[in-house]
Amino acid sequence: MSGPVSPVKAPGRLVVAVPYLWLGLFFLAPFVMVLRIALSDAATALPPYAPHFEGLAALRDFLAGLDLENFGLIWEDPLYWQSYLYSLRIAALTTLIALAIGYPLAYAMASAPARWRAILLVLVILPFWTSFLIRVYAWIGILRPEGLLDMALAALGLSDQPLRLLNTETAVLIGMVYSYLPFMVLPLYATLEKLDRSLLEAAADLGATPLKAFLTVTLPLSLPGVLAGSALVFIPAIGEFVIPDLLGGPDTTMIGKVLWTEFFSNRDWPLASAVAVVLLVVLVLPLALLQRARLARAGEGGGAA
Amino acid sequence: MRKASPGSVRRAFQPWNDPAAQPLVEFRAVTKRFGGVTAVADVSLSLYPREFFALLGPSGCGKTTLMRMLAGFETPDEGQILLDGVDITAVPPHLRPVNMMFQSYALFPHLSVADNIGYGLKREGLPRAEIDRRVAEMLALVKLDGLGKRRPDQLSGGQRQRVALARALAKRPKLLLLDEPMAALDRKLREATQFELMDIQSELGTTFMVVTHDQDEAMTMADRMAVMDHGRLVQIAPPDVIYEAPVSRHVAEFVGDINILKGRVESVNGDLVSVTTPLAGRVELDEEAPALSPGAPVLVGLRPEKIALSHDEPAQAANKVRGEIWDIGYLGDMTMVQVMIGGDDGQLLKVSLTNRSRRIERPFAWEDTVWLSWDVEAGLVLKP
Repeated sequence: MSGPVSPVKAPGRLVVAVPYLWLGLFFLAPFVMVLRIALSDAATALPPYAPHFEGLAALRDFLAGLDLENFGLIWEDPLYWQSYLYSLRIAALTTLIALAIGYPLAYAMASAPARWRAILLVLVILPFWTSFLIRVYAWIGILRPEGLLDMALAALGLSDQPLRLLNTETAVLIGMVYSYLPFMVLPLYATLEKLDRSLLEAAADLGATPLKAFLTVTLPLSLPGVLAGSALVFIPAIGEFVIPDLLGGPDTTMIGKVLWTEFFSNRDWPLASAVAVVLLVVLVLPLALLQRARLARAGEGGGAA
Repeated sequence: MRKASPGSVRRAFQPWNDPAAQPLVEFRAVTKRFGGVTAVADVSLSLYPREFFALLGPSGCGKTTLMRMLAGFETPDEGQILLDGVDITAVPPHLRPVNMMFQSYALFPHLSVADNIGYGLKREGLPRAEIDRRVAEMLALVKLDGLGKRRPDQLSGGQRQRVALARALAKRPKLLLLDEPMAALDRKLREATQFELMDIQSELGTTFMVVTHDQDEAMTMADRMAVMDHGRLVQIAPPDVIYEAPVSRHVAEFVGDINILKGRVESVNGDLVSVTTPLAGRVELDEEAPALSPGAPVLVGLRPEKIALSHDEPAQAANKVRGEIWDIGYLGDMTMVQVMIGGDDGQLLKVSLTNRSRRIERPFAWEDTVWLSWDVEAGLVLKP
């Protein structure tokens, strides 16, 4: 005897299946394709790599043609791991500076009178209404020798020497922080804004000075916002190549730029794919660990009800 | 014969009647405005050591603002607040020896129960061992032993309330402020907690000030209570005095149920006041009534439990009136009866009957014609 299948269950499963389907189609499948190219060799062909998949019959030959040669190259050539490290450095610095600027900004927004908050929020989002590329180009105009910044400093009598900021790491950091700051401010603002004011009153009532109340109540309770904002800045920052390309110089080679060069200038798709796969692993692993730690913490908090 | 003053509870503790007693807290002509709204208007009030004081009033009457000024979260626009004779009007909250239990409890969600309770002690810079000892002591006081490692979201509402209480008491404040402490508890738990709170208060000897809109809560717990309305303290007295001798119609109607009859003074003969009412005829009251002259319009207040209900005309009664039962509400311990006097366009009077017996020979029914009666000690005279 077969049990009756609940009519509610099938659509229910379908709903759950949709996000998995989405992830499978738009994340897993492309990743498998990139991985497969990374394991191939560059070739003068269309598409420019070998071997090609030619039916199940030739599967053994196809698999035999795949190897880890490209990963070996990335491992051996210091250009690659130096670029990885440099990207990590720039992304970490960008995240730290964005946090240092974004936290007070978000805090001020959250403490502003309610009618001001919507306006301040719009001001934070406003730059997105202009093209990202144009905004980065604008920085060239500001930072270049005899540019707006130099002119302003000279007019104020502060400095008559050009600062020569363009094509330096400082310029890259300025551009990165400028571009990614909203991604830090928005999640921080969201956590700080819903922070219960009575908690701070309770802290003051129990003898905490305003600074102590901030350190023991506001800061720990805003950590989820700090983590979310940092992740939102760090992840795109590490793969960034437009800003270092436009504002940076020869010594600011980030991994995104290397990938671009391998792909478009050298037409070495397999090597570019290998670079991308390594980048993904470098990014995804720490984030997966972070997520696990957060889930474990949440489980500990709401476990025994 | 010396006349009894209104009230039904005899108290040994009444420092407010002792001219030598030093108040712990003094509000001196305190006024607070928010924009154009006066939240607290010219309030003067003294609280005495060990007193359990309740501030009762409808929402928006300014009672919370008054309490928040004592905690230091609001600054008065005018007047002074003194604690132990010292002016604390300008002292910031974290330097006041006053602690508050918040209506929302405001427990720190990221800290364990023990760390919540120990938060204030840590700010004092006490050594770890001393903090642990005091936290354990507080947990025992509020009967939460063994729950110190839990987080607030792992506790029930009643347990959270206890943690909030323990946290506010941990620093051994001279004065504990409680903002609607029972608002989030269900009825049974509320009653049990009220008596527990009174026990804790008498055990510690801390002065408690409770803000509430729940009159049962205020009357059960308080030594003295103040009724607040539109930023003013209308009456400050022990609960039984507030109930039996309210100073105004507003207080009489806010605290408990009351029937109000309109009338005119007929005669004043010593303590005996006769009032002519259009609906209940002549009503006699035993009331010290200064400045009542014959002919003056007055209101007669009658609490529902002070009226007797009978099928037959009572032989001996100072006051009696006939009416028809319009409504009966059975509540278990008592029955609330609404009786129409003075015909169909008259006035409904509420009468409450205590259900002393499980059986009644002639139960009252809808549309019964009945007699209401009360003696001269039952009614009170109010100004119109």
